[in-house]
Amino acid sequence: MASSPFLHPVRAIHPVHAAVLGGVLPLFLGTLLADYAYWSSHEIQWSNFAAWLLIGAMVMTTLALLCGVVGLARHRHGLAYVVVLAVTWVLGFFNSLHHARDAWAVMPAGLVMSLAGTLLALVATWIGLSTLRAGGVR
Amino acid sequence: MSRQVITILSVSVLAAALAACSNKAPQVDQYGATPEMPAPKRDLMPDMTIAKPTAWGDSVPTVPAGYRISAIATDLGIPRQTLVLPNGDILVAEGRGGNAPKLKPKDVIAGKIKAKGNTAVKSGNRLTLLRDADGDGVYEMKTVFADKLNAPYGLAMIGNVLYVANQDALVRFDYVEGQTRASAAPVTVTELPSAINHHWTKSLTASADGRHLYVGIGSNSNITERGMAAEVDRAVVWQIDAATGAHKTFATGLRNPTALAIQPGTGALWAVVNERDEIGPNLVPDYLTSVKEGAFYGWPYSYWGKNVDERVMPQDPAKVASAIAPDYALGSHVAALGVSFSGPAMGAKFADGLFVGEHGSWNRNPPVGYKVVFVPFRDGRPAGEPIDFVSGFHGEDGLTRGRPVGVTVDPRGALIVADDLANTVWRVTPDTVAAPAAPAASPPAPVTP
Repeated sequence: MASSPFLHPVRAIHPVHAAVLGGVLPLFLGTLLADYAYWSSHEIQWSNFAAWLLIGAMVMTTLALLCGVVGLARHRHGLAYVVVLAVTWVLGFFNSLHHARDAWAVMPAGLVMSLAGTLLALVATWIGLSTLRAGGVR
Repeated sequence: MSRQVITILSVSVLAAALAACSNKAPQVDQYGATPEMPAPKRDLMPDMTIAKPTAWGDSVPTVPAGYRISAIATDLGIPRQTLVLPNGDILVAEGRGGNAPKLKPKDVIAGKIKAKGNTAVKSGNRLTLLRDADGDGVYEMKTVFADKLNAPYGLAMIGNVLYVANQDALVRFDYVEGQTRASAAPVTVTELPSAINHHWTKSLTASADGRHLYVGIGSNSNITERGMAAEVDRAVVWQIDAATGAHKTFATGLRNPTALAIQPGTGALWAVVNERDEIGPNLVPDYLTSVKEGAFYGWPYSYWGKNVDERVMPQDPAKVASAIAPDYALGSHVAALGVSFSGPAMGAKFADGLFVGEHGSWNRNPPVGYKVVFVPFRDGRPAGEPIDFVSGFHGEDGLTRGRPVGVTVDPRGALIVADDLANTVWRVTPDTVAAPAAPAASPPAPVTP
């Protein structure tokens, strides 16, 4: 970038994009923890928590994905970020359908998918927020 | 490029989801004492095939040759169960109950979809009395017998006392023959389990000797997804002392016993029960069974005897070992909601057996139920396949005009069918009325102790 970062600050990732992307990992992690709590305690309320946390994760992932597609068009970041986020979304979608099952029918696949979703969310966040570094510093 | 990736991914997800919806369920032989039991399976999405409601217009349900059907009351407030009084008047319980909170995202979505297949009218919360004073088959009087009830469902009469099973309590009215309006507010006999009320209908019948009432109390979930604490005193039949209101648990493990009847002659208690969902289009068959005192019929731990349901955790092998199989499978997801023993006045072919009202499926493709069937009996036991008695509720055109609920045999020679989609009460009669038989065949039978 030729222009001075002080006059034209480089916003590698839009703040709104950063905010929604920042929600993806905690919500997937929350889903995983709630699933684990149900797995280990058989207490059904944890399964309800997991299902709602997963809805939250999907809302954030969808918004982040939309921002990612727009950012891709504006050459703000690479394809890898959007692909990882898209895979996260697809997995989360199947996991949501799976979490609509009753009682123990969620297990064990729900727990496994929540773990995979959390790891994917971590990777997507890592790639997505790597562009946050200020211009000049690499 | 990436747009293509996303488009391809989205399309394949949707295609997979839709493919899961469009599979037609294979037909299996699921009637009688030993129904075929496929392995449990669950598609990506539950196969929701919702009835598309439409008005009857000039058409009527189909009945066998030699029978005719007519609507004897319309514009009701969700008719469920009916009772024929000793003088021939008909009482109709109207209402909609349940106050189960939506616990998971799935409940929000499924609730909206299921509502499309049901009536949108306001819950009547009342009993309507229908009278045909001149016996011409036209019930010219339609009047409110009692109102301000809480989702009334089961009805029974012992002597001159009328019992009504509201969704939260068993109540009684004193009744005088010919009365068209209850003379006083109802008296509570006993409270009934009503927390959450996922399955809210309280079915009711009176024992042959008039000493007891039986109340069917459905489970508070499909398969324990609201936790076991919610299932205390649920999925059971209570026996209630008519004189004192004291109750004891008569039988357990009956997921949703939606209608009860006493068998003429033997005095045995029979029930139709709705079984669990979401383990496939051909599981688990709803059933008709005699209800044995102290017996455990499986829910939630197992179905049709000792077939373990792995969705229940922790499991209970000791309970599974004690589970007994019901008598007669009616088919999966038919949603049996009415039962009534027949008698000679219904014509020779339909004299020995009982009628079952099938509300129809919401999670099976192709849909099943949506009719009233006759289950033939021999020597006091079900014998043979069910025979369609009233059909045409779900048309060849894919539209649904009605959904049968309660069925009641009028000992004068008629079958009364409540239709909670069309908000209509239907009456089926033989063309040539047999000599009036002694009024002994109608459950809940009016009893004079």
